[in-house]
Amino acid sequence: MAGASHKDYGKRPWTFYALAAFFTLFVLFLYGPMSAIYILSFQGPTGGLTFPMQGTSLHWFHALFAQERTGDFAGAFARSIVLALIVLTLTVAFSVLAGLAFRRRFPGSSLVFYLAVASLIMPGILVGLGVGLTFQLFEVQTRWYLSALGAQLTWTLPFGLLIMFAVLSRFNRAYEEAGRDLGASNWQIFWMVVVPIVLPGIIGVALFGFTLSYDEFPRSLLTAGAQNTLPMEIWGMTTNVTSPALYALGTVTTLVSFAVIALALGSIALIQRRRAQRVVPAGQAAAGPQA
Amino acid sequence: MEPGKKNASARGGIELVGVTKRFGDTVAVRNIDLKIPAGAYCCLLGPSGCGKTTILRMIAGHEQPTEGAVLIDGQNVLGAPPVARGTAMMFQSYALFPHLSCLDNVAFNLKVRGVGKAERHVRAAEMLARVHMREFAERLPAQLSGGQQQRIALARALITNPRVLLLDEPLSALDEFLRLQMRGELRRIQNEFGISFIHVTHTQMEAIALADMVVVMDQGHIEQAASARDVFDRPRTPYVARFLGGQNVLSGTVTDTGAGVVTIDSGGQRIRISAPDPAPAVGARFQVAVRRDRVRLQRPRGEPLGVNMVSGRVSAVEYQGFWLKITLEEASGEEFVVNQSDSTFFADPLEVGDEVVVQWQPEEVHYLTVGEQTGAARVAVGAH
Repeated sequence: MAGASHKDYGKRPWTFYALAAFFTLFVLFLYGPMSAIYILSFQGPTGGLTFPMQGTSLHWFHALFAQERTGDFAGAFARSIVLALIVLTLTVAFSVLAGLAFRRRFPGSSLVFYLAVASLIMPGILVGLGVGLTFQLFEVQTRWYLSALGAQLTWTLPFGLLIMFAVLSRFNRAYEEAGRDLGASNWQIFWMVVVPIVLPGIIGVALFGFTLSYDEFPRSLLTAGAQNTLPMEIWGMTTNVTSPALYALGTVTTLVSFAVIALALGSIALIQRRRAQRVVPAGQAAAGPQA
Repeated sequence: MEPGKKNASARGGIELVGVTKRFGDTVAVRNIDLKIPAGAYCCLLGPSGCGKTTILRMIAGHEQPTEGAVLIDGQNVLGAPPVARGTAMMFQSYALFPHLSCLDNVAFNLKVRGVGKAERHVRAAEMLARVHMREFAERLPAQLSGGQQQRIALARALITNPRVLLLDEPLSALDEFLRLQMRGELRRIQNEFGISFIHVTHTQMEAIALADMVVVMDQGHIEQAASARDVFDRPRTPYVARFLGGQNVLSGTVTDTGAGVVTIDSGGQRIRISAPDPAPAVGARFQVAVRRDRVRLQRPRGEPLGVNMVSGRVSAVEYQGFWLKITLEEASGEEFVVNQSDSTFFADPLEVGDEVVVQWQPEEVHYLTVGEQTGAARVAVGAH
């Protein structure tokens, strides 16, 4: 605080303009290239990979889903969604339970914790390579729902666990004790007290689990087996496909990501609104417990 | 009110037998024996970390004693869950479930017991009415003030039909006005339900205003367990005298024990007190308490100090409404506190720096069990 000298909010220091300029550049850098891709995906049928636009159409979106031109996009898309949902489920289940377990210091808890989070700093491509080699060693076919699933979980589980640490660090244990005091069994405490209170955090874990899996490339590359997931399909297309169908692909996958985020934020908002809807009519709000 | 005069149907008598609780290497509660009569309002009073909350939690079944037994109405309840013990706890943070309406919070116990929705809502609404919160049934806890949340927490605990209600610093989160209001309310509800209330607090005035029985604790043991009047007026130990406030604690060496009177030399001043039984030996360390409001304050008349007199200089004057708190500093640097009524004070107002003499009658000196060795010859009570 610089005392009383900044009471006049009309005059801004030079650092404001410097930071504003920096932020503008950041936004341009972030959204500029993506906007170009979104716009070019609506290129007319005769248009090319660069501006100018030759009319507008949905031609390249149709081309995208036509397998003979671009490979198995629809299949890869479906696999990625299914895989992301499996990862989401396992990540939520295990990181919530592990987060609850870690609130109590058990023998070897630090060791278990460091083992779990070590895979966060391991290069993903090496994790994928290791999983792939192991499968080869035991002569098991690598498959997207088997080896790729495992490789992705090495990434999403520690992530989910760290989020649960943050969520549970703000969770007051007195809620559980109150539940016990009121006669609830451990199971009832878990479902009727703990889960509802930390639900927004659990949705956050689910969101991370889904998106991390959905756009995972390095860990899937050597573990997905014969059938590609979407990021690998896109990677292949950038080298094979020389039409705006590539851009259409970018637009579609971005829309899916946005839809997932909107779904997560929407469900958090819905929970909060459902809780707030219990407000009594405004007339009673001001009255005290007794006059 | 005395605990013994409660009606015969009162429930929730508690007995702690040789209870010790250790957390790792630290001893939170040290070999405690305590009997709380059924239907009593009992306050566990002490500074933070004295073990009072640990005792509460052991009665509740949220902690297990390392040694000893907890009996409720004569039954050993060790290992039993809270509801089976017939205890219910009101948490310091209230711990109202933030995702449930007040009605559902209160109905929680009925829900886990499998009571149908319609019935449990009716019964929860009745309980809300008893704490004057009927019209807040549909609110969420976050939409209530601290005092309102406390009433909900009270209703939620009482619906389990407990024999003992355990309250962990129930009034500490409220502002002064609400605190006084809720204090009366707690006492009313306790009378109405006829069960034991065990109330943990670090506020002396709260404890003596509410309790039939005050248990003063320090460092994991009980210093005194007695009626509110006894702990305030006849503290057993120097610690209790200091912690409750209202007393000056003086210590000295016994110089004479003749004729049923003990004379003590305290830093060159003589204090006389009628001898306790057994009388202390000459040369023994001896501690006494003198109530702040049972002394006479005068301006010096140039005479030498007699028995049961202290002289000093006024170092602070605090106006308290009905009375004034006057702090003296003696030549030795010790403090002595006098509470004087406003009418007496304003008849001849003292100012900081004035020389004064304090005198008291021998019967106002109260003998303390020597429970500690203090370096200072005498210590004035700091609180209030």
